[in-house]
Formats: sequence, structure tokens, C-alpha cells
Amino acid sequence: MANLKTNLAGIKSPNPFWLASAPPTNSGYQIMKAFDAGWGGAVWKTLGVPVVNVSSRYGAVNHRDNRMVGFNNIELITDRPLADNLREIEEVKKRFPDHAVIASLMVETKEEWHQIVKDVENAGSDGIELNFGCPHGMCERGMGSAVGQEPKVLKTIVSWVKEVAKVPVIVKLTPNISDITRPGLAAVEGGGDAISLINTIQSIVGVDIDKFVPYPIVDGKSTNGGYCGPAVKPIALNMLKNCAQHPGINIPISGIGGVENWRDAVEFILLGATSVQVCTAVMHYGFGIIRELVSGLERYMDEKGFQTLDDFRGKALPNIMHWEDLNLKYKVVANINKDKCIGCQLCYTACEDGAHQAIGLSGDMTDRKPFIIEENCVGCNLCSLVCPVEDCISMDRKDDGKETLTWKDRTLAGNIPTTFNDPLAGGLHHWVPQPEEALTKAKPKHYSL
Amino acid sequence: MSEYKAPKSEKDFEENFSQIKPLMSDSEAYYESSRCLFCYDAPCVTACPTGIDIPLFIRQINTDNSLGAAKTIYDSNTFGYACGKVCPTEVLCEGACVYNHQDVKPIEIGRLQSFATGKAIEKNHKIYTTGKPNGKKVAIIGAGPAGISCACDLRMYGCEVDVYEAKDQPSGLTVYGVAPYKITNKEALDEMVYLEKQFGYKVHYRKPILNKADLENLEKKYDAIFIGIGLGSTSSLNINGENLENCIGATEFVEELRMKHHKVSVPAKVIVLGGGNTAMDAASESARMGSEKVILAYRRSKEAMGAYEFEYDLAKGVGVKGMFNVSPVEILGNGKVEGVKFIRTQDVNGKLENIAGSEFTEACDWVIKATGQSKQVELLKLISGMELDGKGRILVDPKTFVTKNPKYFAAGDAVSGGQEVVNAVADGRRAAKGIMDSIMK
Repeated sequence: MANLKTNLAGIKSPNPFWLASAPPTNSGYQIMKAFDAGWGGAVWKTLGVPVVNVSSRYGAVNHRDNRMVGFNNIELITDRPLADNLREIEEVKKRFPDHAVIASLMVETKEEWHQIVKDVENAGSDGIELNFGCPHGMCERGMGSAVGQEPKVLKTIVSWVKEVAKVPVIVKLTPNISDITRPGLAAVEGGGDAISLINTIQSIVGVDIDKFVPYPIVDGKSTNGGYCGPAVKPIALNMLKNCAQHPGINIPISGIGGVENWRDAVEFILLGATSVQVCTAVMHYGFGIIRELVSGLERYMDEKGFQTLDDFRGKALPNIMHWEDLNLKYKVVANINKDKCIGCQLCYTACEDGAHQAIGLSGDMTDRKPFIIEENCVGCNLCSLVCPVEDCISMDRKDDGKETLTWKDRTLAGNIPTTFNDPLAGGLHHWVPQPEEALTKAKPKHYSL
Repeated sequence: MSEYKAPKSEKDFEENFSQIKPLMSDSEAYYESSRCLFCYDAPCVTACPTGIDIPLFIRQINTDNSLGAAKTIYDSNTFGYACGKVCPTEVLCEGACVYNHQDVKPIEIGRLQSFATGKAIEKNHKIYTTGKPNGKKVAIIGAGPAGISCACDLRMYGCEVDVYEAKDQPSGLTVYGVAPYKITNKEALDEMVYLEKQFGYKVHYRKPILNKADLENLEKKYDAIFIGIGLGSTSSLNINGENLENCIGATEFVEELRMKHHKVSVPAKVIVLGGGNTAMDAASESARMGSEKVILAYRRSKEAMGAYEFEYDLAKGVGVKGMFNVSPVEILGNGKVEGVKFIRTQDVNGKLENIAGSEFTEACDWVIKATGQSKQVELLKLISGMELDGKGRILVDPKTFVTKNPKYFAAGDAVSGGQEVVNAVADGRRAAKGIMDSIMK
């Protein structure tokens, strides 16, 4: 049976599922409810000098009938007095001693940092997370992402905290920076025990096209917010990979960004995360999703024979190379399973208009199923991605696997195109129709204007 | 056996005849439109006799552009709302949806179509500006799907159009002949008002064209005449007892029901003769009107029925009992219908034969004949040069819809012998083009 116990730099929790510092961790009431539901840890909503929030705080990106595939907020850190929060931390820890309670902090001066670190430790926090990520409101006041974007400042503040902290210190990074490893390294240099990423991405979530104001609207005006939810997962995974692969960043990582189900969590762990933090999915569906997260992760681990999370942590990292190290001799070609094809022809139009004109139609209404023009297929995967039928289009390997040749190899051998019309160019070997053929190509009647 | 009680009020009637394709709510339309795959050479478009760009209008609904969707629909189909409700979508667009090959429920195209056009009708949203007057005048005989769609297109070309309608209301079978659970009178008529306002043709009600003088009058006044008169009354079976009281035609029954609703009283036991879609409608409607026992009697096998399978399922679903391979020999009764004498039949090498000595009698209070409608041959014979085929259908050029008399054009059931509303619309519009090409020469 899979053991989900987690230990991030000494912060222990019964499972790797933590609530991220956000509205779901605003109060002791919510966190107790979450622990009771099965969550392993919680990062308390950022403490500091309490703020005043605006009314109208969230906006969302819906995709067709899927709500909140992206989510953005302009809410700030806690708006409740520190004393209330500290008392509730104490109560939660008393009732749930084995669950991880991490206090997220954001203050300005060294004195404030020293004081608040001691306060939250006295209240029983198992760890501290430094909020260097918030990309709206707080950064205007020189905190949040304003710190995360300045590795030197970040390092200094981490070292202030480390001067007094007795519990592990997690440094939360902002993705609003071109190279996430720079603040990551600064966190290590400052003495941080772990990093967590990503915080939200600075965003405008959409514009009200009748009122000419972006969302969320506050009395006819708006401001940029922080973007999160399932849509940001790919960005989070890439930044996680960048830090996890960096030889200088040798401290554990708590993964954050669009985790909604067990599969997302597994992906984060495979890229090196020790724990995962969840916010938007809880804001959407409530704490109950933990049932699915735990059961899915357990089933996956049992199926793969993994006893502990360490058994597969970072297992995908060795398979992420630089582009120049990928094998140019590897060749896949699309294959349509005619028994499964339903004749929607999305692969046809996607390839025809959006890729490499490697799919044909018979032109006969009785045979609606497209066919692959193998010599044109570059193996891009697009058709298999747009196909609405599971396992209908496969990408079949055509090379024999014996040869390996990378861009790096070719560069070293001096066998790469270097001039504008170099005959070594890859596209020279691809068939493309003549431009004029576009105007005579058959199309459905209703496509004519 | 019937699940329905005889309706005593309009409310009862509406309950018994609740819409099988009710109008979608905004949310329902949003969710349903989200499912559409936006196929490339979409088979739903090909399956639609009017070739509506279905993937486009569904995408427009999904992006909160229902009025744009309505334009997409009306560009191809003048009866966009009505067709969404009354088309046999199961065998047309929805039957062609690729989801069927994946054992996934096809997109509810008909209901989405009515949703979008319903929005335009509700808002009286003006989509079209009629053409600059070209000085030509066209008369349309019959305000049904063929006639009205022809009139709309002629208005777009700039013609002046007068529609002569024998009845009180426009839309033809949509209001007079379709089963009430497919579309309500109000829905059908609201679309007619919407079209008339927008296209500005004139409909002259209770103005049947009956005789030679009427025709000559039209010929003098108009540059072209379009015939969209549909079919006539229910044909005779030529068996004894047909003249008995309570032996009625299905078309007449449906029309009475559409006009009088709960005021029509259907007796306990009804036998419907026929195996086509009208027979299914008449049987279904009898059951919904509270008839206790409704028998659908067809002279051939169940498989040989002309009705769509889903129409038979609908009838079965309300308790109609099918009786197959039985041919009516005589309607029995003394003044009023009391029963039907049948003989059993069998198929012998594709030929239907009576089984000697197999006669039996089935008691009933009503007989509804759904065995086809006659053609309005008498009127058509008055037009010089007009030619009809052996079944009384008007012969037209399949492209221009001109009859053998070059001043007359025709489309709809009077030409096809009886098809769907959507076919009449498609042909009515093609005829408008034929008329234009002819009168502008």
C-alpha cells in the first residue's frame, strides 16, 4: 500500500497535498475543515500588517462550458489582525498536531520580519513561507513580487528570517521574471530551506466589451491581478523543472500552479516537487476534491509499485534535455485507425491549414475518413491532438531506432545550415503545394463567402 | 390503456401535447453548443436540404452571438424556427452528426436552431433589407413553406409580391398539419409575422384561387405566378362504409385539432389506417386526446412502413398498438362507424396478397384514414399547358421550377407529392431564382 507521508525540509505531513496560501486558508475554521476532510498541510493566508481589500476581487477565464480554466484575483494578504490569526494557528495545531501548518509571511523591515517569525513559531507553525510572489497591490508597496524580482533583496530578507527562524523556511517565488532560477539561487544563498513555486502570474483576465473595463471591475475601473488555475500549469511545470534541474538549487521544492487532480500532482512530483499546493481547484470545488487526489495518487503508486513519494520524485527530470540534444533521426508518422474514425475531418483541416498538408480527403461523401499522405507528414502530432476520439490517431515510429543524430552533433560536425538559402535547411526536403493551388483547392460549399 | 386523459382545458391540452423539442434555455444552448466539434466538411450541412452552415451557427450561439446565428440560419432556410422544431432531424442533420459513430448523443441541432432564430423573432431583429424595386410583380398561390420562402426571396430581388391564401393563417402545414407536440400555433405564426414584417410581401387571406377567372385575373396582373398549393384532402380508399359518420381523414383531423385544441373530442376506440408519418401523427394525437384504445392498422409489415422509426416509437410510447399485414375490406356501421372488417395479408415475392378466409372484425368508434392525400388536380387542369404526372404532381423543370406553362412556377408538396417543410422551403427558394431569371430576361 502506498505511503503518502511527506517531509519537506523537515516539515512533515500525512500526504503531499497542501492548501496554498490563499483565500481557502484565511481562517482557522477553513483549515480545520480542510484537515478534517483529509488535506495534509496548509499554508496560512499571508500574514503581515493587515490590509484593506476592495470589493469585487476575482475574474475567470472560461473555455466553452468549462468554468474557471483560468482564474485571477486582486485580493491582498490577510485583512484580519495578526493576534486573531496566531490564536487560530495555535488552535489548529492543538487539534491537528500531525498536519503541517505553514505561516506565509510578508512584512517590510528587518524588525518586523524578526518579530513575526517569532510570533508564528510561538503559535506552533511547523514552517514559514516567505511571500515574495504576490504580483498585484503588495508589490506596489515594495513587497511580494517586488522582492521576488530582485534576487539581491530576496537573499537579504531570507537571511534576516534565517537569523531567528527555528522552523524550516520556504521561499515562495514569483513567475513574473524571465529566469526563475536566479531568485531560486538567491533563496539558497540566503539560507532558505526550501522554495515553492509558482505564485500567480501578472494578468488581465479579460475585458468587459460593453463597459470597456477589464475584469474584475471595481467601481468602473480595474487593475492587473494574479493569474492561476489549470491554465497556468504548463508554466509552473516548466519553472519547476528549471529549478529542479539546476545544480545550485539543491533544496526541496513545493510545487504550485494549476494542480486540480491526482494526475497533475503526479506530474509535479515527477518533475521534482516534494509537496504540491492547491488553491484554485478548492476555490472552485471545495475541500472535497482531496478524496479524488488521495485515491488517485494511491492507485497510481500501487499500480506502479511505488512505496513512497521518493520512489518517483524527479523521475521525469533526466528525460528533459535541451532541444539540441534531441534525436533528429527519430521519425514518427500519423496513422488513422479507420475503425475508430468518426469522420469529423478536424485532423484534415488542422493539418491542411495549420500544419503540413499531410492529410487528404477522398472527396467522396460516402468515405468521410481522411487519409495520411505519409511523405508529407513531419510527425508533428497536431492531428492526434485535435482528434476527438481516444486512440484513433497514433503516431507510429518509422525509423529503426539505430541511428542517433542531434543538432549538437551536427553543429560539431559543421553540418548545419548557416546562410539564408543554405541547401542544408530541413524544410527543403518537405513537400509544399504551390501558393496558387490554395485558390483552386476543393472546399465545402458552406465555406464560400 | 391510454396514459392520457381527455383534455378539458387549453392547459390540459398543452400538457398532453407538451413539446417534444422544447425551446432551450440560454444555459442549455450554451452547454449543448459547447459540445459541437466544428467538423470540417460537416455531414450535418450536407444532410440539410437547405444546406444551413450548422457548425457556424452553433459556434455563434456558443460565443454569445445568437442573432448572428439566426442570420446564418435564415440565409439558408426561411422557416428556420419552424424547421428546427418540425424537421425529422433524427434522419437529417442530427442523424448525420459524427457523434453517432462514437455512440455519443448527437448535437441537438434542431433545438439549437430554434433557440437562435427564436431570439431573433423575440427581439424582432431585422436581418434583411429587401431589394430595390425592380418593377416586377409576382403572385404566389398558397402561404405555405414553399410560397412564403419563395415570396421572401423575390422580395430580396426587388419584386412586388402578393400571396393568395385560402385559409385564415399562413405557414400551411406548419400550423395546419404538423402534430401539435412538434410546434405550437403561436410559434409557427410568430415566425410568419416576423418574416412578413421584414420582407414586406402582402398576404391576402381567405382568397382561394378557384376558377379560370381567378387565374386569368392573376395572369393579367402579374409577371409570374408561383403555385405552392400543397396537397388536397385525404384520398378515398374506395371501400364500402367510407361515407359513414366518424370515418375521417387524417389531414382533416390534424387540422381540426390544431385549430380547436381541447374542444375536439376523440372517442374511446380509434383505428388509424396507414403506415406513413401522418398515420403515426394521427394515432399519437388520438392517444394524447384521451382515446383509450388506438390501433394503427397497416396493410404491409412493420418494416415496410413509410414512417420514420422514431415517429413509430413516438406513437408506441403513448400507447398506440400496431397491427400489421391487415388490409381494410369494409368500414362497418349503421349510420355511424362501429368497426372495420380486415383481411390478413402476406408478402408473396414482393407482392401483397390477401389470405383467403382470414377476415376479422375490429370494433371502433372512429376510423382515421391516413392513406395519402389527393392532388388539387381540378384547379391545375384549368391552367393552359400545365402538365401533371400520373400521380397528379405538377411537372416542373428541376432547376428553375418552371411548369410547362412558362408563366407558372411551382414547388412544395404539389410538385413533390408530399415531403418535409424543409424540402418545400429549399425548393421555394430555388423557384424564386428561376422566376427572377425568367422575368428579368
